[in-house]
Amino acid sequence: MGAEIEISNLSVYYGAVRALTDVSLNIPEHGITAFIGPSGCGKSTLLKTINRMNDLVEGFRAEGGVTVGGRDVYGGIDVTQLRKRVGMVFQKPNPFPMSIFDNVAYGPRTHGVRARAKLEAAVEKSLRDAAIWDEVKDRLRRSALSLSGGQQQRLCIARALAVGPQALLLDEPTSALDPISTSKIEDLVTQLKAEYTIVIVTHNMQQAARISDRTAFFLLGELIEHGATEELFSMPSQKKTEDYITGRFG
Amino acid sequence: MVREGYRQRLEELHTELIRMGALCEEAISRAVDGLFSGAPGLREHVSQLERDIDLKEREIESMCVRLLIREQPVAGDLRRITAAQRMIGDMERIGDQALDIAELSVRVSGAAAARDGHIADMAKAASKMLTDSVDSFVGGDIDAARAVIAYDDIVDGLFSEIRDELTDQISANSAGAARCLDLLMIIKYLERIGDHASNIAEWVIYSITGARDG
Repeated sequence: MGAEIEISNLSVYYGAVRALTDVSLNIPEHGITAFIGPSGCGKSTLLKTINRMNDLVEGFRAEGGVTVGGRDVYGGIDVTQLRKRVGMVFQKPNPFPMSIFDNVAYGPRTHGVRARAKLEAAVEKSLRDAAIWDEVKDRLRRSALSLSGGQQQRLCIARALAVGPQALLLDEPTSALDPISTSKIEDLVTQLKAEYTIVIVTHNMQQAARISDRTAFFLLGELIEHGATEELFSMPSQKKTEDYITGRFG
Repeated sequence: MVREGYRQRLEELHTELIRMGALCEEAISRAVDGLFSGAPGLREHVSQLERDIDLKEREIESMCVRLLIREQPVAGDLRRITAAQRMIGDMERIGDQALDIAELSVRVSGAAAARDGHIADMAKAASKMLTDSVDSFVGGDIDAARAVIAYDDIVDGLFSEIRDELTDQISANSAGAARCLDLLMIIKYLERIGDHASNIAEWVIYSITGARDG
């Protein structure tokens, strides 16, 4: 089931550069929250901070709080456990160079699942949840690299789902895909929100408007405005938001 | 500034709305002139203006649809385009009613109508509402738009007064009933023009605030 993500007074630094300034944001469960803003505004930094993908970046430092389901992300939680709870899908589909089955079974195996029947059930459920089962069920042993870009991205979502996460972080998941594959991912994400907390970073504002329940707009490392998507795209409260979403800058 | 072409097309939409508003103002002004002067040719002139208004409505409608399809506007831009689509409907109706008045003016004696100071007041008030609503749009002026909506009470009040006067006239002299009924129709059209101007003002407010408080 989903988990609420709470970000409170978060500032993030890369060495002397401050990438995020005092961001506080509540990301509710069972919903899709979109992060929008021009390149370099800090939205991807924030996404990666939620499951500690920035830890190995030189000079990275976070001040303030991030909790997932009430647990402090930077307070002694095991990173592997954290990423089991918070899955991530990237801009470019990145299947492992192995079979479709093994891609999805990889996570459960890492977490100690060995029984064949259990693995098969987990793989099938994940592929079904990712709306790709019917397309791959007869070729589970073939290389994942033989799939199309859109299928690879759904496979990556299946792989993320296989470890039973509470939240899914999607970093521009459709920017490398054609419109049909994009709409399949959008439909999928919309279905998944019933069970997961979903955060999507997107440069495509129509996509944010189409699929998200809430939208947060970032500019120069600051959270300028966040709220219900329909409201933000019809009556933004901040002039900077209005100027950005109507294309007056960016 | 980015999306320069988009900005330019939004400006063009604004300009065309102002042009359509100006055509409506001229149509009312000519129709009312005809009512009082009985000058020949005014009906044809208003008829031509009404056709121009219809064409302008279609032109602006296409501009709005093109902007919606190509640019997927949001926020204030989306509200302005939505408001424009509604405003042109009201303007088109104003054009129709101006023509209706012009057609009746041919039947109603100009001199007789001119003696009726109240009808002249009402015609001026309805024209003022339209002019002010278009001005409030041009200037993005919420206060001016609200004033237009408030002014509708004056036009409605005049309508009631004149209707009562016409009823009395018919009671006193049934021979003049046909002319009185024509005048009744005319004041009803003027009252409707006031309503449409009020609607335009409501859409001006919506395009600025996102709420319809008229």
